[in-house]
Amino acid sequence: MITIVILSIFLGIEVISRVPSVLHTPLMSGANAIHGVVIIGAIIVMGQAEPTDYLSLILGFLAVILGTLNVVGGFVVTDRMLEMFKSKKKK
Amino acid sequence: MDLQNFILLLSYLIGSITFIVGLKMLSHPDTARKGNLIAAAGMSIAIFATIFLYTFGAEEHLGNKLWIFGGLLIGTVVGTMMAKKVQMTAMPQMVSLFNGMGGACAAIISIVEFKHLQHAPKMLSIENLTNGIQFNLDQLPIEGFGQPEHAGLKLLTILLGLVIGTVSFSGSIIAFGKLNGNLKDRVLPAQQVINIGLLLVIVALLVIMVGGFTSLNPQYLFWALFAISVLYGVLFVMPIGGADMPVVISLLNSFTGVAAACGGFLYDNPVMLTGGILVGSAGTILTILMCKAMNRSLTNVIVGAFGGNAAGGGASGESGGSYKEISMSDTAVLMAYSKKVVIVPGYGLAVAQAQHTCHELEKVLDEKGVEVAYAIHPVAGRMPGHMNVLLAEADVSYDKLKEMEEINPEFAQTDVVLILGANDVVNPAAKNDPSSPIYGMPILEVEHAQHVIVNKRSMKPGYAGIENALFFQPKTSMLFGDAKKVLQDLVSELKNL
Repeated sequence: MITIVILSIFLGIEVISRVPSVLHTPLMSGANAIHGVVIIGAIIVMGQAEPTDYLSLILGFLAVILGTLNVVGGFVVTDRMLEMFKSKKKK
Repeated sequence: MDLQNFILLLSYLIGSITFIVGLKMLSHPDTARKGNLIAAAGMSIAIFATIFLYTFGAEEHLGNKLWIFGGLLIGTVVGTMMAKKVQMTAMPQMVSLFNGMGGACAAIISIVEFKHLQHAPKMLSIENLTNGIQFNLDQLPIEGFGQPEHAGLKLLTILLGLVIGTVSFSGSIIAFGKLNGNLKDRVLPAQQVINIGLLLVIVALLVIMVGGFTSLNPQYLFWALFAISVLYGVLFVMPIGGADMPVVISLLNSFTGVAAACGGFLYDNPVMLTGGILVGSAGTILTILMCKAMNRSLTNVIVGAFGGNAAGGGASGESGGSYKEISMSDTAVLMAYSKKVVIVPGYGLAVAQAQHTCHELEKVLDEKGVEVAYAIHPVAGRMPGHMNVLLAEADVSYDKLKEMEEINPEFAQTDVVLILGANDVVNPAAKNDPSSPIYGMPILEVEHAQHVIVNKRSMKPGYAGIENALFFQPKTSMLFGDAKKVLQDLVSELKNL
């Protein structure tokens, strides 16, 4: 686990360190979408909740919605930003 | 390890790899879009693998699938609609809002898991912290923190997830409100002391709870921790100036990444762990890069609200000179009979949403045989790259957008520079006044052009809080007003010529 953490830290640094500033905004937005992986935690919470445990069910449901918002919204916004760069380049 | 678990782990591995590849591709203009899609695909794989393959307890699958899919559906529909409808100028707010959602999600997970922990028998008594109580979370067959003998660590992970997720959530919501114009900067007296105090309280609560140093009901402590985290997030972002927001959002972004990674520890879930940490470290680097482009340190940004005024005082010695205004028709004539016009867009253009009108101006000038280019400073606007996105939305051709290094030598052959709501990025103090707080920041060297016309709403200084000597130079003229209104008038003047 610790190995994964440390490797990921270095990977993150390595991957990001050479980015043209033009792409900072989309990149931030893309990274934003990626940390939407919390959704998986929300799904696990939801799936393990007892059908009678209403508090967990409601909270879990809320978490799933919020997580999905993060993931889907994040990727769609990023795509919209990048779409513009793309079409302009072809001209 | 049975086949199902193997496939699950494989999907997680694929997910992690797509995140890495996606981020990598996102950092090159040509591959960026594909990178985004790849990461999205990896995310879908990981999500569906979790729903169908994740097992806990005695090979039990996740239940409540209807609820899960319901939540996914609602989130997808609402998220897509929000993301599609949002104006390009409102992008930063949107990112901030989505980031807050992620933070809230992480916080809720912690709340539910804490409740489970409480209900597990005798969980929080000191003797039992190390004995290990079996409860239903640790089923992925990997070695790690999630093993029951690390119950203390599990509690710590839950609490950290709560704190970081909550701070990220409340901070992002405040950032959203400020960028959206609903909230103003507010500085409490002794704000710094209060913030540091709150942070200390959070750390103290963490230590007390994990160490089991109290007989108080842990539930009260938990909610106290939650409340203080909300407050801290609010107070952390509240005093930070509008133009520093991108840096803060980027920082909060990496917070949420760390919160997600806490979830990864909790569930021994490799994809949450790599995804979260990746964003955490990449977000931190990105934050630092953004600061660098503005020639500020991170502490400077966070503390900036306090130090800013004092530091600005040193540079304003030469201020208060006289400036001259120029009329609309004079501007139109001047531009129509130029050979080359360079437009410098800035924050003001974004606020006024004047990008389309700006493109119109460019077209009118183009018809009159005037060469038009845009000079894009790396940190112009509210976020690095913001201007490119904005102008791209207005269909401005990509090759008219010139980066700083490219355009600077061209200013000497430029007849008119039109500055639209940009300030600090053209302030010569960055080059020749070592006492200026922005000294050393690379700028657009507009003063080499024949004429400089500055459109601003007033003589108020930019976010760095310093006067701009450029405005008082003899070749500079001021054209006051809202960028959109001014550009519209300018276009109609030009058409009448």
